[in-house]
Amino acid sequence: MGLDIRIPIGLMFTIFGVLITLFGIFTNSNADMYKKSLDINMNIWMGISMLVFGLFMLLLVKLAKKNTK
Amino acid sequence: MLHLEWIDYLIMVIYFVFVLGIGWVLKKHMKTAGAFLEAGRSMPAWVAGLAFISTNLGALEVMGMTGSGMKYGMLTTHFYWIGAIPAMIFLALFMMPFYYGSKARSVPEFLKLRYDEKTRGLNAILFAIMTILASGISMYALALLMNSVLGWDFNVSLWVSAIIVLVYTYLGGLSSAIYNEVLQFFIIVIGLLPLVILALMEVGGWSGLKEHLAPIVEAKGYASDAYLTTWKYTGNMKGNPLGVEWFGILFGLGFVMSFGYWCTNFLIVQRAMAAESKAAAIKVPLIGALPKMFIPFLIIVPGIAAIWLSSIHPDAFKILGLDSAHPRYDYTIIALLQYYLPTGLLGLGITALLASFMSGMAGNVSAFNTVWTYDIYQSYIRPVTKDKEGDDKHYLTVGKITTIAGVLLSIAAAYIAGKFGNIMDFLQTIFAMINAPLFAVIFLGMFWKRTTGHAAFVGLLAGFFVALLHHGLTIPFGSDTMFKGGWISNMMGIENIYVYPVEMAQNFWTAIFAFTTAVSLTVGLSFVTKQQKSDAELTGLVYSLTPRVKVHVDEWYNRPVVLAVIVGVIMIGLSIIFW
Repeated sequence: MGLDIRIPIGLMFTIFGVLITLFGIFTNSNADMYKKSLDINMNIWMGISMLVFGLFMLLLVKLAKKNTK
Repeated sequence: MLHLEWIDYLIMVIYFVFVLGIGWVLKKHMKTAGAFLEAGRSMPAWVAGLAFISTNLGALEVMGMTGSGMKYGMLTTHFYWIGAIPAMIFLALFMMPFYYGSKARSVPEFLKLRYDEKTRGLNAILFAIMTILASGISMYALALLMNSVLGWDFNVSLWVSAIIVLVYTYLGGLSSAIYNEVLQFFIIVIGLLPLVILALMEVGGWSGLKEHLAPIVEAKGYASDAYLTTWKYTGNMKGNPLGVEWFGILFGLGFVMSFGYWCTNFLIVQRAMAAESKAAAIKVPLIGALPKMFIPFLIIVPGIAAIWLSSIHPDAFKILGLDSAHPRYDYTIIALLQYYLPTGLLGLGITALLASFMSGMAGNVSAFNTVWTYDIYQSYIRPVTKDKEGDDKHYLTVGKITTIAGVLLSIAAAYIAGKFGNIMDFLQTIFAMINAPLFAVIFLGMFWKRTTGHAAFVGLLAGFFVALLHHGLTIPFGSDTMFKGGWISNMMGIENIYVYPVEMAQNFWTAIFAFTTAVSLTVGLSFVTKQQKSDAELTGLVYSLTPRVKVHVDEWYNRPVVLAVIVGVIMIGLSIIFW
């Protein structure tokens, strides 16, 4: 049906990853904010994970394109 | 109340842009009724497989299951393991070949091909009503939640979320619903993942959870590990928090309820029917089953941790109203989001909840759409003519209008649910009673060629009435409302026949009675009524009359039986580990 769903998934999580990681870095000095997540900067951790996941999805798309060529 | 910052809203907005964008991209492919209502039967197995479980992972499911985790502990996993996996394997290996191979476009249409018009009509109408009800109730719950937790206006939340779902299902039909369900699946998993990680870190892992829970659980009068085991204390219904014994769980939930739901609910089956080939359709439920088995760790385990967390930080969990007579267990997940997630991830978590709501609602709308257009409109209002092309155009237009009508009806149902919530829940319970007899009828139809249309119709109807009768004459212990059962005895001023210890046991037994009635009547009447369909007509619909085509698959891991065995082994393994 003309859509490789991995593209939007990959793009969205790449954007989320960049946004949340940057936000995590900028707010890193704010100890109060991260008290609730057990003093761990979860924004950075989850941000990086999402970035990796998003890029991985996009990589799969790229590999699939190469194979069909 | 939760406080959101600009970054949280930004995440939400980006998500909406992608959701609508998917609909927009698919718009140009929506040229025929088949493309719009059946996704052109073109979905890869993994896409349909993820959509298959995502559509079931609606907001009420997510919230309800976390709440049940807090209420019943690990016993809630019965809804995911014994209560889903065997049925999904059965659907894949034994039923999908006939659903898909019959070329039926819906479950009611399968009933028409296998039996007759009246059986299809009965099922189609009940299904259409049930879908709108379900969709309305979940919309109401979502708007209420957004209102009480985020302070958003009730009407605005209701209309905005409904319109987003409407736009993307209107633009891209079933394909759009399915693709979005895959996107939603990932966002639900990733958005809620921090909860279980942080909860387990705080309680000190599984052993820490065990240790912390022991005194609380013992104080409630159970064995110290009763909330962290699944089968261990089911020998007797008083020994476990679920209040049901092993037989009820195994037969009521694991067989009648779960097969009734997973194998016959068109909302679910439609995802597998949209697969690109018969081989893919068979794999869809199996692929869905793999992540399904692990969802309990995502949504149930945090709920269990909340039992301890709420005891040491009662203020943070005030929203649940645990000290009142009617605690709001459904809000457990909200309390956890608020308790753990910093700005940024909080936005992602709320977006995950919105996504789960949308996947549930889009599922209902797209299933309603197909059943209305093909099984009601095309059969009773405007049948097909000789002009094939004109017909297709016509039904595409009808499908599109139905999408709008379906969403508007759901909105209406949501307002009714707000005014008469009890009645809506009651109606939903009643309509769900059709599932068990429906499974009986479809199962007999697929595996016994003698089953006749008249017998199936009577079996379906009688099973439904027996369920009503049982629900009307029994009550769960401590019930103070007629909506939970006992309404017949109440109206006639007689004693209830039986008092169940908990509502769930009553539900299981309602399903068991309905199923048994449907099976015995359908079998009995099939012997005395004449088979209207010839063997040729039944080819491809009945097991014994369908030639077995061996599908050759090169990779061993792509063979359905191999996949089914893997799924089964993992399920048994999980059940043993958490015995």
